[in-house]
Amino acid sequence: MFTATALNRRSYRRQSVAKAVFCLMTVALVIPVLLILGTLVVKGAPAISWEFLFTAPTNNMTAGGIFPALVGTIWLVVVALLASVPIGVAAALYLSEYAPDNLLTRAINLAIVNLAGVPSIVHALFGFGAFVLFFRFNASILAASLTLAVMTLPVVIVATRESLQAVPHAFREACWNMGATRWQTIRKVVLPNSISGILTGVILEVSRTSGETAPIMFTGAAMFVPFLPQSVFDQTMALSYHLYNVSTQLTDVPEELTYGVALVLIAIVLLMNAVSIGFRIYLRGLKKW
Amino acid sequence: MADGESSVGYPSTGAFAIETRGLNLWYGDFQALFDVDLGVKKGIITSMIGPSGCGKTTVLRTCNRIIERLGYVRTTGSVYVLGHDIFGDDVEIVQVRKQVGMVFQRPNPLPISVRDNVLFGFRLHEARLRKVARAEEDEVLESALRQVLLWDAVKDRLDRPATGLSLEEQQKLCIARLLPVKPEVLLMDEPCSALDPAGTEAVEEMIWQLRGDYTILIVTHNMAQARRASDECVFMLLGRIVEHGRTEELFLAPEHTETADYIEGRYG
Repeated sequence: MFTATALNRRSYRRQSVAKAVFCLMTVALVIPVLLILGTLVVKGAPAISWEFLFTAPTNNMTAGGIFPALVGTIWLVVVALLASVPIGVAAALYLSEYAPDNLLTRAINLAIVNLAGVPSIVHALFGFGAFVLFFRFNASILAASLTLAVMTLPVVIVATRESLQAVPHAFREACWNMGATRWQTIRKVVLPNSISGILTGVILEVSRTSGETAPIMFTGAAMFVPFLPQSVFDQTMALSYHLYNVSTQLTDVPEELTYGVALVLIAIVLLMNAVSIGFRIYLRGLKKW
Repeated sequence: MADGESSVGYPSTGAFAIETRGLNLWYGDFQALFDVDLGVKKGIITSMIGPSGCGKTTVLRTCNRIIERLGYVRTTGSVYVLGHDIFGDDVEIVQVRKQVGMVFQRPNPLPISVRDNVLFGFRLHEARLRKVARAEEDEVLESALRQVLLWDAVKDRLDRPATGLSLEEQQKLCIARLLPVKPEVLLMDEPCSALDPAGTEAVEEMIWQLRGDYTILIVTHNMAQARRASDECVFMLLGRIVEHGRTEELFLAPEHTETADYIEGRYG
């Protein structure tokens, strides 16, 4: 009575085929990542040393280290963050907590999503036209960082808005019913409970910003600068652009050095992501619901 | 349609804690309330019963203007709280909500400690005007929790997250945190519907304790609850008040056939 029928067996066969296909796809997804990381570590690791990290390139960049590029990347990321985080978080707060649900708001939301889809080279041209030429920042850290900021704003806004909206509506109701204004509600209840998500978005933005090449090519990154940037109006080297140069623009660069630059770049990105994940876990632990 | 006049009598504005006059309300094109004239007497418990969608909650939510947040709501007529028109031009909504506290179906404690929950409104309104000593805060906290019969249960857990309390305790806490700003009116929207029978009994007992100090308007689906835990009862149907009278009279000898049919369980 309870034995399997032919129909049962056929269902099970199909079910195991489906499972196998999905499993295979998942593995296929992980393999390239492992191969990339493996290649980089194997070929790049011999180049990594304190000297590599903390000295400038020499011999027409075929030898020496990457220190100016490392410092330049940090400058670019920090300045970009200073520009995009306040604007992005404020805009997300407005859109999530204040804006009425009307045509204009929906149009703005749509624009943000579309902005996120604009290719980075288009951002580069916009940044060149707007910041380098129109605002006369010339090619500088400021112009490059602002371009990066414009490019990453949608990420910050979307990440922030989503973490704001993850705060249960009942908390807001409770506050409003006790006569709290929207701002008091935001400050005392909404922000404390969404800060982990916001910070995660910010850190992800850092990792993305540090890897971008196109937006800084025309706006502030230089192939070789013999000194470290002194202010935001200086041009600077950057890791991503340096990698582009040593791998495609210059001849006679030892393979080891190229892979070394790539390894440092990806290590920074992964480190940022790891920090972001760790932070999120820590802050989630603090959450009280 | 009978407004309050039939069984309750209808004194002038001011004798009631809440009084609505010819209140009509639309959600977009849908009219949810029709000429509602309601007088809620001070210091007693008034319950509102009626089938789902009859407008009980809408009336409740109009009394502290929380309904406006929906944006597409339009009202005509007036609502007086303690004799003042809350739709008047110079009315500050925060002051209205201080006087008219609201409790929801699902307890909604904030994800902070029990102490901070109870003192939330107090700090928002009082502590910003003057320096409040810790000792005074403690007093306010204890008195609010004692009024809702929660002090003994939570006095050792004041700094623990409020979200860790049982549902019954959470609901009591949600009422307790309204009290430190000294409201006159408490609106309760099916405050026991998320609770088990024991929790319901405990919360009802607590509400009965608050009677006299506060005017309580309570929406309920539970006719037995309306019957045992209110002084007056309002029966609503399709956006109109059908009958409003002393609870035992309304249940024993309803004047209208709709009321009789509803309390006998013929619909709703």
